[in-house]
Amino acid sequence: MSDALVAIENLTVRFDDRLAVDRVNLSLHRGDIITIIGPNGAGKTTLIKAILGVQAATSGRIMRAKNLVIGYVPQNLSLESTLPLSVKRFMLLSGQPLAECESALARTGVSHLISTSVHHLSGGEQQRLLLARALARKPDLLVLDEPAQGVDINGQATLYDLIRQLRDELNCGIIMISHDLHLVMAATDKVICLNQHVCCSGHPADISHDPAFIETFGQPVAESLAVYHHHHNHSHDLRGNVVGDGHEGCQHDHH
Amino acid sequence: MTIIDAVLNDFFWRALIGGLGVALIAGPLGCFVVWRRMAYFGDTLAHSALLGIALSFLISVPLNLGVIITSVILAGALMLFSRNKTLATDTLLGILAHSALAIGLVALSFMPDVRLDLTGLLFGDLLAVNRNDLLWIYGGAVVIMTLLCVLWRGLLMSTIHEELARVEGVPVERLRLVLMLMFALVIAVAMKMVGVLLITALLIIPAATARRLARTPEQMAAMAVVFGFIAVAGGLSMSWHLDTPAGPSVVVTAFATFLVVYGSAGRFSVAR
Repeated sequence: MSDALVAIENLTVRFDDRLAVDRVNLSLHRGDIITIIGPNGAGKTTLIKAILGVQAATSGRIMRAKNLVIGYVPQNLSLESTLPLSVKRFMLLSGQPLAECESALARTGVSHLISTSVHHLSGGEQQRLLLARALARKPDLLVLDEPAQGVDINGQATLYDLIRQLRDELNCGIIMISHDLHLVMAATDKVICLNQHVCCSGHPADISHDPAFIETFGQPVAESLAVYHHHHNHSHDLRGNVVGDGHEGCQHDHH
Repeated sequence: MTIIDAVLNDFFWRALIGGLGVALIAGPLGCFVVWRRMAYFGDTLAHSALLGIALSFLISVPLNLGVIITSVILAGALMLFSRNKTLATDTLLGILAHSALAIGLVALSFMPDVRLDLTGLLFGDLLAVNRNDLLWIYGGAVVIMTLLCVLWRGLLMSTIHEELARVEGVPVERLRLVLMLMFALVIAVAMKMVGVLLITALLIIPAATARRLARTPEQMAAMAVVFGFIAVAGGLSMSWHLDTPAGPSVVVTAFATFLVVYGSAGRFSVAR
């Protein structure tokens, strides 16, 4: 436990009379990918803001590793149209040298946009730019708030693939919020289903059978995820390495 | 020294030098007003300046200082009130702006000994600038330009994305406070020249004009300074030749420049 990047104990955040996050425990190590899912208003964003240190906790503790560098990918970049800004300038504002910025852009596949105005990027390009900006800081911990928002369905799969590859390259920990249940289930090690409190958590394959999960998301969603796992989840082991390409590699119980 | 003395003894040159000094700081600060959608906030601070003047007479401090003090108090009050979200920010600003202006006017009417050129305060008296005013303007300009240069990256980053800036270790709250202090300072030094009702115009119009041509934030700030210079120089000549009030003439020139740039920019530049 001592080598955790972030460890949360009994974290509670309360806004006036509304409980946003209720006694959440969580720890994240290098190489982990944790995905937070949950209905709207479940406190997902509040939880990651507390992890980022921009939201004060009402009670409980958040411990961060010493000199932890956090790369943050916000939900979107709603830039005021009166502010002229190129991709290059936006990257350089991170304070990193140009070479770092350029290679980060190349890694997320948007280096051709370097002299484009940020205002002219599509939703997917914007997400990749934000991801590149987080990468340029060489983070120990990558925090993503709905990274695939505004990205088309093919792009979403590639984006989650990229996030998983980055975890291996940087050996960082990743925590993200997502609504894209199917895609997330394939890309993550651990899912936390949040509804103020942690209603259930665990490996994606197990969680879809959890009564608490079924209660929160409904039987149809849970069933569709279970089916999905049967076909696809086995192609990667817990570290994200490919462990086989067909059904004979499947390690999970089938129902 | 004699040439400088001769220049500073001429009211027209004093007005020009003072006006250029104000335009120099209003340019980059005006960009932040535009980027952060603080136009109405700037207006509110400016309106409170009259209250500041009344206060200065009451506790006998220099006018500029009184204005800075009230602006800072008002900015602080706004920050406090806006946490309690029962009233929309624009409603809150409207209440404070006009109440501050009205209280200032009422308070001044209780001071019969104070003889004050009210029109000059409301609309500015660029041509009544004295050497002491020049000292305030250029002192303020040095302070503001130094702060802007040192804090530029942090200010820009927290304008682009506040949370991202915070995660990257930018002291967002402290910078917001510094920015408000700079607004208070620019209003205090510019008040006498353009008047409390027209200060926001000098902040916003040159910056908005620059937006049409600029490709980077720095370009926009620099161009806003240039458009501010044009407005001041043009407005003063207009006032000199046509005998129009100086402050409004400066704003009219700024507006004309804005129209010209937006009307013709399509031909030689692309807004980005």
